[in-house]
Amino acid sequence: MIRFEAASKTYPDGTAAVDALDLVAPSGQITVLVGPSGCGKTTSLRMINRMIDATSGRILLDDQDVAKVEPAELRRGIGYVIQHAGLFPHRTIVDNIASVPVMLGRKKKQARADAMELLERVGLDHKFAHRYPAQLSGGQQQRVGVARAVAADPPVMLMDEPFSAVDPVVREQLQEEFLRLQGELGKTIVFVTHDIDEAIKLGDQVAVLRVGGRLAQMASPAELLSNPVDDFVANFVGRDRGYRALGFEAVGTLPLESEPTVSLASSFDEAAQAAQDGWILVLDEARQPQGWLAVADGPASGSDSINPVNLRRGGTVAAVDGTYRAVLDAALSSPTGRGVVVGRDGTFAGTINATQVVELIESRGVAS
Amino acid sequence: MAKGGAGQMIGQVFSWLTDSAHWQDTALDTGITTQLLAHIRFSLIALGIASAIGLPLGLYIGHTRRGTFLVAGANALRSLPSVGLLVLLTVMIAPHFHGRTDIGYVIPTEIVLVLLAVPPILSNTYAGVDNVSPAVTDAARGMGMRGRQVLFNVELPCSLPLIFSGIRSATLQVIATATIASFVPLGGLGRFIYDGLQQQDYPQMIGGGVLVAGLALAADLLLAAIQRFAVSRGISGRFSTKGGAPVGPIEAALTRAEVETV
Amino acid sequence: MIIVAADSPASASSSPWHFFGYFMDHRSEDLGWLWTHAWLSVVPVMVGLLIALPLGWLSRRYGWLYPPMMSITGLLYTIPSIALFVLVPPLLGLSSLDPLQVPIALTVYSVALLVRVVADGLASVPDDVNQAATAIGYTRARRLFKVELPVAVPVIAAGLRVATVSNVSMVAIAGTIGMSNLGQLFQIGKDLSTPTAYYPPIVLGIVLCVLLALVLDSIILILTRLATPWRRAVPAR
Repeated sequence: MIRFEAASKTYPDGTAAVDALDLVAPSGQITVLVGPSGCGKTTSLRMINRMIDATSGRILLDDQDVAKVEPAELRRGIGYVIQHAGLFPHRTIVDNIASVPVMLGRKKKQARADAMELLERVGLDHKFAHRYPAQLSGGQQQRVGVARAVAADPPVMLMDEPFSAVDPVVREQLQEEFLRLQGELGKTIVFVTHDIDEAIKLGDQVAVLRVGGRLAQMASPAELLSNPVDDFVANFVGRDRGYRALGFEAVGTLPLESEPTVSLASSFDEAAQAAQDGWILVLDEARQPQGWLAVADGPASGSDSINPVNLRRGGTVAAVDGTYRAVLDAALSSPTGRGVVVGRDGTFAGTINATQVVELIESRGVAS
Repeated sequence: MAKGGAGQMIGQVFSWLTDSAHWQDTALDTGITTQLLAHIRFSLIALGIASAIGLPLGLYIGHTRRGTFLVAGANALRSLPSVGLLVLLTVMIAPHFHGRTDIGYVIPTEIVLVLLAVPPILSNTYAGVDNVSPAVTDAARGMGMRGRQVLFNVELPCSLPLIFSGIRSATLQVIATATIASFVPLGGLGRFIYDGLQQQDYPQMIGGGVLVAGLALAADLLLAAIQRFAVSRGISGRFSTKGGAPVGPIEAALTRAEVETV
Repeated sequence: MIIVAADSPASASSSPWHFFGYFMDHRSEDLGWLWTHAWLSVVPVMVGLLIALPLGWLSRRYGWLYPPMMSITGLLYTIPSIALFVLVPPLLGLSSLDPLQVPIALTVYSVALLVRVVADGLASVPDDVNQAATAIGYTRARRLFKVELPVAVPVIAAGLRVATVSNVSMVAIAGTIGMSNLGQLFQIGKDLSTPTAYYPPIVLGIVLCVLLALVLDSIILILTRLATPWRRAVPAR
C-alpha cells in the first residue's frame, strides 16, 4: 500500500507542483492519477520512487517512509514504466528484460531464461528476443518496457503515461493485455495518464488532480461517473457520463429471445427458408455467431452455398454476463435491431432488442 | 609541365618507395622502417595521454553536466596553428636539453600533439554522453542503478560511436602533426618530406607524403574495424545486411562545431 | 596585454612580448603574408562550397550515391594536409614546388568536408516542409533554392567554420615547405633561434593566425545570423 501524507513539492522559484496531497493507493489494485497539464500527477508518481524528493510531508510504502530508504535500494523493489519505454538501445530485448534481475545478482543464464518467459507473457514472439530496440515498433517496445519492469517481480509498479505514445489501435490492445496481466499478477500499481477514458477503463481507484497539485476527488470509476464532487471533476470526466456509467454495471438476468439460425455450411436455400424478416443469423460449427445474412444478397455465385463475404459482421456481440452498455450496443449495432448475445463459452444464447434493454436499465432504479 | 613530366615523377616516386635500401638504415641516413616506427611511437604516446585526459573528463562532464565550459574552451584551442605552437615550444624547451638525445625535441612535440588530440576526444566523448536519450537514463535510474552504474552500463556503451569518431579524428590530427615535427629536427616520416625538400630530392619528398598518407589511412581503417566490433549493433544500426550511417573523422570535426554553436 | 614599446626601429629584443615591435619593424612583409594567408584560407573554402553543393545535392537525390561518396570524401579527409600538399603536383603534372599546390590541396580538403555537410544540411530539412513546398507548386529547383538551402544554412555554416579555421592552420604548415604566408614567420623564428631563442616572429605568427581564425569565424557567424533571421525571432508567449 502506498500512502501520501500531506506530500508537497515546491520548487525554489515558488511554484507548487504538488500541494499537500493525501492519498492512499490500496495494495493489489490499480490507482490512476489523472488530471490536466500541471496538476502534478507525474511529479507525485516520481515522488514515490524518489526520482523527485518531496519538500514536505511523507510518502509511505507499506508503512515505511520512502525518505528513509536509500533511493537506489528503494527503486530496485519498484517496477518503473515510462512513456517512451527507455529501453537500452545497446542491449538485446532479452538482456533488456533481464536488466534488473542481473543487477540484483541473479545468474545471467537463469535471468535470460526467465526473460524469455516474460516475453511470451507480454504477448511477444520468441523471435524478438535477440533483436535490438531499434528494430521494434513503439507498441512492441512498450511491451518490452512492461516486461522489464515486472522481471524482478516487484510488488509495486509505477507507470507514467505508458500507452500515450502509441496509436489508438495499439493502445487499446496494450490496455486489454495490461488488464489481463494485472489479473494474473495482482500488483500494487500507480498509473498516470491525462486521458480520462483510459483512467476509467483501467483504474480500480481514480484520483483526479487539479492544476497546482491538489486532489479533487478520489473514487471508483463508477462513483466518479455518477457522483462527481464538483464542476471541475464533472467537466474533466466529460459528457456522456450517464451512458458511460452503464459500462460498469453488469446486467442481471437477460430476457433473451430465441432466434432461428443456420450453420455456415448450410445451403442458401435452407437459409432463405429459415429467414424471418429477410435476415438470418449464421453460426459456425462451434455455434459461435459469424454474422447476419441478407436473403436479398443471394447465394455465392455459381453455387448454392452461403457466401461468407455477404455476411454482415458489423454488429457487436454481448456476453450474457456483460455490462448494460455492451448489451445496448449489441442491439443498436445489429442490422436487424436484434442484438446477439453469447454465453460464457462464446456460443449463441439468444437475442435482445434495444427497447428491452432500455426497460431493463430503467427498471434497475436510480444509481445510488 | 607536360603530362610526361607527371608520369615520370610518379615513376620516380614509385622506385624510391620500392627501393629496399631505403627501408633500412645506413651510416648517414635513417631508413623508412626506423622513421615509420618513430612516427608510430610519437603518435601512440600522445594519443595515450590525450585519451587518458579526454575520455574520463568527457564522460564526467557529460554525466554530471558540470564543467561544460571546459569543452567549449578545448574547442577554442583548434584555432591555434599547430606549426606555430611546435616551433614556439621547441624553441622554449629544446635548449635546456643540450647535446642529449632527441628528448629536447620530443617533449615539445608531445605537448603540442596532446594539445591537439585532447579537444576532439573530449568534445566528442561529451557529445556522445549528451546525446543519450533522456528516457534511457531516466529508465536506468528508475530501475535502481546508481550513478556510476548508469555511466558505465548505459551512457558509455551508447556513446561509443561518437567516442570512436573522436579518437579517429584525434589520431589523424596526431599523425599529421607528427609529420610536421620533422620541421623542428625530429625523426618520423616527415623527415623524408623536409629532407627531400632541402636536398631537392623530390621523389623522396613525395615518397614521404605517400608514406604519411598510407599510415593515416591504415590507422583509420584499423580503428574503424575495432569500432565495428566494439559498438553494439543496436546502436550502429547494422542489422543483417543494411549498413548503418558511417561515423568517422568528418563527423568528429562537425560534432565539435555543433557543440559550440549551441 | 603588455606591449613593450620599441625604443628604436631596430630593437633586437628577443622576448616574446616584443612581437608587436617586430611587427612594426617588418610591417609590409608581415601584412603581405597575412593577406596571402587570408586569401589562401578563404578561397579554397568558397570554391570547395561551390563544388560541394552540387555533389552533396546529388548524393541526396540519388541515394545509391551516398555511401560511395562518403567513403571517398572520408578517405580524402583522412590524408594529412602536408601529404596532400606534396602529392598534388605529381598527380597534376605541376612542378614540385608550385605554390598552386596549396590552394588545390586545400580545396580538395574543403570539398571532402563540405560534401558531407551539404548532404546532411539538406537532410536536416524536415520532410513536411519539403512536401508543403511541393504542394504549393514549387518546382524542384525553386524548392531547393528557396526552401531547402535556406533551412540548411545553419548546418552548412557550421561546416564552413570548421573548414575555414582548419585551413588557417594548414596554410601555415605550407609555409614550412616554402610557401609565402604567415608560416614563414615560424620558419624565420626557428632559423633565428640559434643559439638563443628568438621569440617575436613566432609569437607574432601565432597571434596573427589566431586573430585571423577568429575574425573569419566571426564573419561567417555574422553572415549566418543575417541569412537566417527566423532563428533569432523570439517565440510568442
